[in-house]
Amino acid sequence: MEILNLEGAEDTPKIMLDKANGIFEISGRSLPEDSAEFYQPVLDWLEAYGASPNPKTEFVFKLEYFNTASSKLILDILSKLEDIDGMTVTWYFHEDDEDMEEAGEEFSELVDIPFEFKTY
Amino acid sequence: MKYVYDLHKTMLARNLILIYEGEFTQEITKSVLAMAERNMDSMGEESSIKRKVFNVMVECLQNIVKHSDEYNPLTEKRHTAIFMIGKHDEEYIITSGNPIKNENVDGLRERLERINGLDKEGLKTLYKEIIKNTALSDKGGAGLGFVDMARKSGQKLEYDFEKMNDRYSFFSLKTTISRSTTGE
Repeated sequence: MEILNLEGAEDTPKIMLDKANGIFEISGRSLPEDSAEFYQPVLDWLEAYGASPNPKTEFVFKLEYFNTASSKLILDILSKLEDIDGMTVTWYFHEDDEDMEEAGEEFSELVDIPFEFKTY
Repeated sequence: MKYVYDLHKTMLARNLILIYEGEFTQEITKSVLAMAERNMDSMGEESSIKRKVFNVMVECLQNIVKHSDEYNPLTEKRHTAIFMIGKHDEEYIITSGNPIKNENVDGLRERLERINGLDKEGLKTLYKEIIKNTALSDKGGAGLGFVDMARKSGQKLEYDFEKMNDRYSFFSLKTTISRSTTGE
């Protein structure tokens, strides 16, 4: 499967989806002008991945900031992950960032996927 | 030329560290955010406060970007909005103002009143309800901006509608972020 690798920018996150090496990560800042358009390739990639996933998948969110339009798309991503067997989410937050910790907890309450929380 | 000095004095008197008036786009949003961030960095602001200010600024600026097309530049003289940040000893004050159609005033006022009527738990419930059940608007908004601003600030949103003419009202919005890190 092809690797999806997007360089981060000041308003878009860095994204690495690499089935062969087992790397699934979204990190940085997310406040694109059009969040639906920006995340569509990620949703498409996950749709294809879901057809023949690795036995175990650890999906990492390491976000410094995301806007509300992105939060809607993060939930869409999580909904896709929910349908894939062997899925776990690791939600990183900066150790003094309670809002990011709480955001992760809220997402974990909205989908049926095991979440692990880690600080950086 | 006295207006230059007057404007300067007004900015100082109101502790305004940044004012932008004009057209709002994603590029402008990024520039304003970068300026405000540099300003807070140079003053050694706490990272948790910086994050909250950044957060509220983004929602505020992107609201204007998404809704500014309601003021049609072909039929109206100007198509602009204003955004400012005030820095006080105890708090940051983020304010914005933009024209909206008169027919949208009541709906907007109701949404803001509903948000201001909720406590912390109520806002959290509303946030989860909207994110679960609402699709993005055709403008790409999640309908969560004001709720998020209220949650991040931990204080009531202040707002006002000033009638401009028979078609537009000027919508002003003020969000306060406490600089004390101890509580909300």
